[in-house]
Amino acid sequence: MISVDIEKKLKAYHGQQVLKVVQKFPAGSITQIYGPSGAGKTTFLKILAGFIQPEKGIIIVDGIPWLDTGTKIFIPPQKRMAGFVFQNYALFPNMTVQQHLEYATNDIAWIEKLLFVGKLETFAKHKPEYLSGGQQQRLAILRALAIKPKLLLMDEPFSALDPEMKSVLIKELKVIFDELGTTVLIVTHHPHELDGLANQELIIT
Amino acid sequence: MQQRKYLMDLTPIWLTLKLACIATMLLLIIGLPVAWWLSKGRSVFKIILEAIITMPLVLPPSVLGFYLLIAFSPQHGIGKWLHQTFNIQFVFSFQGLVLASVIYSMPFMIGPIKSALQQLPIALSQASYSLGKTKRQTFIHVLLPNIKPSLLTAIVLTFAHTLGEFGVVLMIGGNIPNVTRVASIAVYDSVEEMDYAAANVYSLILFSITFVMVIAVFVFNKYRLKSPLE
Repeated sequence: MISVDIEKKLKAYHGQQVLKVVQKFPAGSITQIYGPSGAGKTTFLKILAGFIQPEKGIIIVDGIPWLDTGTKIFIPPQKRMAGFVFQNYALFPNMTVQQHLEYATNDIAWIEKLLFVGKLETFAKHKPEYLSGGQQQRLAILRALAIKPKLLLMDEPFSALDPEMKSVLIKELKVIFDELGTTVLIVTHHPHELDGLANQELIIT
Repeated sequence: MQQRKYLMDLTPIWLTLKLACIATMLLLIIGLPVAWWLSKGRSVFKIILEAIITMPLVLPPSVLGFYLLIAFSPQHGIGKWLHQTFNIQFVFSFQGLVLASVIYSMPFMIGPIKSALQQLPIALSQASYSLGKTKRQTFIHVLLPNIKPSLLTAIVLTFAHTLGEFGVVLMIGGNIPNVTRVASIAVYDSVEEMDYAAANVYSLILFSITFVMVIAVFVFNKYRLKSPLE
């Protein structure tokens, strides 16, 4: 169970606005997050990952406080190890597909499985610049999954995939999420694109 | 016969190359962590430190050399303490040239590396942290490999700049043959003595080395950067 109660001031074109989220995410749940642009969806994911700190708030994961601004508790991202799929992928230009996964894990069998799931076996020796947008996005998802995260944060993870690939990948991911018991938060502009993957939703306005 | 004598006296060239190699290596060791630290966030302290590091770019080399001469004179302050405690003397010694070169060439090493690190998307570091990697691992495996062209530029600029130092090394090192008489000083000396042939030999060697290095950087960075000296 992940319990969140955070408040963060955001800079907006018309001045400041406040991102306030009070929500519980049951273990293994898949939540789709949507809302207007600039509402703070990405910021919310980054707060959970530990990249950004809110002014006020508490985040408790399985009974362990990751953040408590009152008692100044802050677990750094390296210790949280929440898988993160960036909107712009944030792939490492110096690493091949295989090296991305090897950087994240030493589990060879798991790497092979991920390459199969992402249909990237034949591109294992390719660097990101030689991959299509869809392949890059799949690699970003695989890299985040490589650490077998208990919490996976995905920022518009299927935006560059064609409908057929998206549908196949979502089915495969559902199996992996179930296997790992991963709690997943997915930011999307198109709630219907998740093909019923999500079982709860959060609207950030 | 006269020409042969000039060609054989290559000590200033070797001394210059030795100085440039040592200064570049030291600056690489010092410069990488400092540039990394400076690239992250801004504080008044960082701004002041960066201004101090940048000063050799705008300060007349003789001014810097003069202050180093005063600071490390074995008769006063730090220089006296170093001499009495560790028997180290920076004035009129090769160590002094190394110290002066490290200070004088520091902005050429730190500037390009800092700038390149700042241009990398912050998401690269964040992605690495999310995989459980420390800041050090992230720097070595993610950041450093992705600023290779700028790193090469910084190394070459530092090396080439050290080769060409004159005022600062003359002030702190003087002109002691086989000890502090580097190539740029040898050129000046030769011209003073109206020995243009010797000056030409030293100048040509310095010119050739720096030209080859700059060409190599331009070729290496041709497809990687908008400007080869970025």
